[in-house]
Amino acid sequence: MALKMVKGSIDRMFDKNLQDLVRGIRNHKEDEAKYISQCIDEIKQELKQDNIAVKANAVCKLTYLQMLGYDISWAAFNIIEVMSASKFTFKRIGYLAASQCFHEGTDVIMLTTNQIRKDLSSPSQYDTGVALTGLSCFVTPDLARDLANDIMTLMSHTKPYIRKKAVLIMYKVFLKYPESLRPAFPRLKEKLEDPDPGVQSAAVNVICELARRNPKNYLSLAPLFFKLMTSSTNNWVLIKIIKLFGALTPLEPRLGKKLIEPLTNLIHSTSAMSLLYECVNTVIAVLISLSSGMPNHSASIQLCVQKLRILIEDSDQNLKYLGLLAMSKILRTHPKSVQAHKDLVLQCLDDKDESIRLRALDLLYGMVSKKNLMEIVKKLMTHVDKAEGTTYRDELLTKIIDICSQSNYQHITNFEWYISILVELTRLEGTRHGHLIAAQMLDVAIRVKAIRRFAVSQMSALLDSAHLVASSTQRNGICEVLYAAAWICGEFSEHLQEPQQTLEAMLRPKVTTLPGHIQAVYVQNVVKLYAAILQQKEQAADVQAAQEVTQLLVERLPQFVQSADLEVQERASCILQLVKHVQKLQAKDVPVAEEVSALFAGELNPVAPKAQKKVPVPEGLDLDAWINEPLSDSESEDEKPKAIFQDEEQRHAKQRPPEADEQELARRREARKQEQANNPFYIKSSPSPQKRYQDAPGVDHIPVVQIDLSVPLKVPGMPMSDQYVKLEEERRHQQRLEKDKRKKKRRERERRGTRRHSSLHTESDEDIAPAQRVDIVTEEMPENALPSDEDDKDPNDPYRALDIDLDKPLADSEKLPVQKHRNTETPKSPEKEDIPVMEKKSKKPKKKEKKHKEKEREKKKRKEAEKGEDLDFWLSTTLPAVAPAPEEPRVNAVAAAPEEGLEEPRGEVQDADEDKQQEPEKKPSKEKKKKHKKDKEERTKDKKKSKKKTPPREGVAEPMENGALDEDPLPPMSSYCLLAENSYIKMTYDVQGSLQKDSQVTVSVVLENQSSSFLKSMELNVLDSLNARLARPEGSSVHDGVPVPFQLPPGISNEAQFVFTIQSIVMAQKLKGTLSFIAKNDEGSTHEKLDFKLHFTCTSYLVTTPCYSDAFAKLLESGDLSMSSIKVDGISMSFQNLLAKICFHHRFSVVERVDSCASMYSRSIQGHHICLLVKKGEKSVSVDGKCSDPTLLSNLLEEMKETLAKC
Amino acid sequence: MIQAILVFNNHGKPRLVRFYQRFPEEIQQQIVRETFHLVLKRDDNICNFLEGGSLIGGSDYKLIYRHYATLYFVFCVDSSESELGILDLIQVFVETLDKCFENVCELDLIFHMDKVHYILQEVVMGGMVLETNMNEIVAQIEAQNKLEKSEGGLSAAPARAVSAVKSINLPEMPRNINIGDLNIKVPNLSQFV
Repeated sequence: MALKMVKGSIDRMFDKNLQDLVRGIRNHKEDEAKYISQCIDEIKQELKQDNIAVKANAVCKLTYLQMLGYDISWAAFNIIEVMSASKFTFKRIGYLAASQCFHEGTDVIMLTTNQIRKDLSSPSQYDTGVALTGLSCFVTPDLARDLANDIMTLMSHTKPYIRKKAVLIMYKVFLKYPESLRPAFPRLKEKLEDPDPGVQSAAVNVICELARRNPKNYLSLAPLFFKLMTSSTNNWVLIKIIKLFGALTPLEPRLGKKLIEPLTNLIHSTSAMSLLYECVNTVIAVLISLSSGMPNHSASIQLCVQKLRILIEDSDQNLKYLGLLAMSKILRTHPKSVQAHKDLVLQCLDDKDESIRLRALDLLYGMVSKKNLMEIVKKLMTHVDKAEGTTYRDELLTKIIDICSQSNYQHITNFEWYISILVELTRLEGTRHGHLIAAQMLDVAIRVKAIRRFAVSQMSALLDSAHLVASSTQRNGICEVLYAAAWICGEFSEHLQEPQQTLEAMLRPKVTTLPGHIQAVYVQNVVKLYAAILQQKEQAADVQAAQEVTQLLVERLPQFVQSADLEVQERASCILQLVKHVQKLQAKDVPVAEEVSALFAGELNPVAPKAQKKVPVPEGLDLDAWINEPLSDSESEDEKPKAIFQDEEQRHAKQRPPEADEQELARRREARKQEQANNPFYIKSSPSPQKRYQDAPGVDHIPVVQIDLSVPLKVPGMPMSDQYVKLEEERRHQQRLEKDKRKKKRRERERRGTRRHSSLHTESDEDIAPAQRVDIVTEEMPENALPSDEDDKDPNDPYRALDIDLDKPLADSEKLPVQKHRNTETPKSPEKEDIPVMEKKSKKPKKKEKKHKEKEREKKKRKEAEKGEDLDFWLSTTLPAVAPAPEEPRVNAVAAAPEEGLEEPRGEVQDADEDKQQEPEKKPSKEKKKKHKKDKEERTKDKKKSKKKTPPREGVAEPMENGALDEDPLPPMSSYCLLAENSYIKMTYDVQGSLQKDSQVTVSVVLENQSSSFLKSMELNVLDSLNARLARPEGSSVHDGVPVPFQLPPGISNEAQFVFTIQSIVMAQKLKGTLSFIAKNDEGSTHEKLDFKLHFTCTSYLVTTPCYSDAFAKLLESGDLSMSSIKVDGISMSFQNLLAKICFHHRFSVVERVDSCASMYSRSIQGHHICLLVKKGEKSVSVDGKCSDPTLLSNLLEEMKETLAKC
Repeated sequence: MIQAILVFNNHGKPRLVRFYQRFPEEIQQQIVRETFHLVLKRDDNICNFLEGGSLIGGSDYKLIYRHYATLYFVFCVDSSESELGILDLIQVFVETLDKCFENVCELDLIFHMDKVHYILQEVVMGGMVLETNMNEIVAQIEAQNKLEKSEGGLSAAPARAVSAVKSINLPEMPRNINIGDLNIKVPNLSQFV
């Protein structure tokens, strides 16, 4: 053995270390790969050695190679070996390597759990630190689950170095194991007020990160953060908090109001640019959230815009960039204030820095108006020409389209100009956005009827010069525009000047080099054109010409029939046959034009992109049900054709009626018109102008195309958008002149009918009349479409799992999995959780959990109301300008809080509750409400006081936490006890009180059907006593029962809740009652009854309430409490479990525990404090109690004695 | 959150690659290359923020970088981080390196990648900013180095490595490339640290 050691260390002399490796690689520039593979072989040898130092050295080298791109996952096991080395030097190498290469797919990662746990609890803070750092990089759901509790313990470590790391890593744990969020949150919140700035910063960091994803759950922390904001001097923390507020304000406008002042103060006072910038950002967010209803913030907007202008004008490019970024946010709600700085933005468009130009582009989006659109786009077009690099040019292109098409082409006054711009854009080389241009062309042509003639002329020109577009095509997407061009020319062929020429252009052999889906559109639209031409020729009685066209098609179509693209091939051969048939008919001198045109009769209306999704599923339709029973497996070949149509635009997928006779067609058209007329979503200005089939009077229905004659109808060759700019200027000038004239001659006013808006406006944007009367058809949506936009949410968002309500109290079932039992901690902290209570519950059977959920929901309701109130409270306070002492506003508010502010959200909460709650449970009278409110205020004050005095006591808590006790686990416990049972039904019940309702308890009764009958019409009735009464629905007498709101099929159980009003709670009492129900089975139904005795123990009036030891001490000192005690002998159970039992069955919480002595606290629904001192001796337990009511205390102790006697 | 921290030199050679989200090694290399090309194109006097970079994240992510002598320090962050704050953090990181290596130069990063990682670990943990106070960072690093020394260190013959580094033959890399000019003007951020 010794020899081996010596040999090992001699070997080591010759091992390369990291530096040698690096040097070697640098010396082998030519054959680096070969050298490295040699080194890897050596490393493999080294990893086989027993000496941990050698291994660590090897792993260190591997980490370097990983950086160079070599996969080192094969050494994962060796890395774990090095991680488990006892020396810090090696351990840290191991963890570094692991953090670089471990991930969720690493299978050996599960071997690390125990090692990491050991390191986390290492006495050396650096071992712990290095483990935390490593874990933060490779934590998996399993590791997170197994280690969550250990990490949570570390959050209260004595060393701030460990605390901050533990706090930070919790975020990763939450992400991987969302269930840990609620149990860990109270402690995380506590760390916001940690004395160490680093820990505090970490906690702020984590909460901000959480809140960014699900802000609404963190709204209740706003007061705390507000306090931090006004007291912290750490800019990092401030920035984070201010960013967080930016995310919260949209949810609570009142918060914004409160923030504005301190933020503007910061803006004025800080010299840190980063802080200034974030303040401005948040103020903007506030202004956005306030934009409706709060008029008086123009000063703040001005301040922001001013500050931003200073940033933008700064010579530092970074500030310029950020200034523009923030400016674009203001733009959304306050465009006017930004538009004043148009000069600055346009200037930035010429900046040498691309990032800045892009930001400036964003701003332009909001700066356009009818007036300046053309001018701005013209400027952008020159940039397009100058731009180097396709990304920027593509960005410009999309921006131009965005700007023009925004809010339904709101700013476009001249669509001819827009079409020309689009056509000009097709001349861009190498753009990826052909499809965007195409979509715009289609959209405009379909929705702006007046422009079709012009569009068609431009598109035919485009088709004619297709070779220009297509020549540089194959690489880029610009040929997509041909798709649009072909479709427009085909669909609106009646507007074509020279259809024959276009037809020929579309049948050129060159077309077959285009992508398949474009060819397919070509083929389809060739027929449309053909139909149009036939009709034209036949009307002119030019039989010869008509036959020539047919012949042309017969000759040219076969080139498409040979296409490799299935879609093209199929369409082409189908159409070829059709044309051949037409040819035969033509030969017999039969007029065919009508019938061919009939193929394309009818109008296609634009359909909104989401329309399909929004069609509601009709009632009674089950989409998953089989229409026919599935056939046997042998026939499973119907998969293929689906994909082919998917790329196509929706419009094309629309079916056209197959050849139908005239009558049938007319009938259908009629039906459709009828349907459209009845459809509220079908918005049209006039009855749809039918295309070819329209008979003469139909022409009147076409909206009058008021093309200004100053614009040439056809711009020869490629259009020049610039011309339009000039023309437009002239036109506007003309208009203005005319208008002036008109103003003088009022009588002529009627003529202004062409205007969309009559002249109510002053000389403003609105006043520029569009060149064409624009009839923008809205997109169709299905009837009953739901307006929801839920489909925008990504269901796979990992952060969605963290959307957890943190304000409801922890349920007993929620806890972090623990490996072993631990002693109770001193609940110094404001944590709601109660560890002993939690520990035993986790092992409970499922059924139990369900019940807990019910209870939890109940609690949640109450808590929600409370939370709303607290926040309202804080928000409704008017804040003094200077950073206030935290207590003051609260106290002021008690007197000053306006009633309305409190009332309103309460109503919301109740509304929300009503759904869940059918029992006539709470109908609190107003007076009661107020009373509670006061109660609560007092309590919050209490809490505040106690919190203030709480010194950090990690030192005390520490040894206890680590003192592990390996005790017998407690058997599962249930607070539900048997009420009554017969052959049909079993009833168990639990009684719960609430601090909000001082004279009410809720009895949850679980009814379990034990028979094979169906139980229905269940009704529960109780013989009321003077002291306790069952709350019955309004209007029923004291003898009526309360119906159970469900039925029970065989074997099913469900829980019903009943509310009882209690006068005095100091004595236990029993109520006699009956459950009546109808049991129905195959033989018939019988009426059954089950009598029971409902036992209200004094315990059932207690509510588990945490208490801090200082508050507890004060309570005892006050001397208002009377005392009583019991002693129980012969107890074998461990103290730990004993406490757990008391906590669970008697609803106490442990205040402090020292060795075998513990103080406990609980509170009754009527506000009695109950304090216990529990001491364990040899085989005996003594309980001393103090309570404000001696009767209650003695009764409670009696009940407790009973429980303890069973232990 | 910080998604990745990359340090590479003017030729695109990686000196430190730290991802806080899993990418396979080849993708990592691709990202480094892509980032290098994005950054290389930019003059020194234009802004230090960069959008795009198709490989990491989406539109929510930005590259924030600084260029010191021969090295680029690039942080890829999402919108929860303050841009100017991160710029400052890079400065803190580099200044810390400077303190720990005593006049840091690229060679230090080349030969002591592990140490650079350890320093980074005290600044950023799991993608979140851990500490911004340089004195605190340096103190923790020194304490750990001390601990390592007391354990005897990794190399039994540290002298050998040191001498080797000193006599190294560096064809393209002039010696003592000093990152030196650390007082790069960060407008008004000085009291930030």
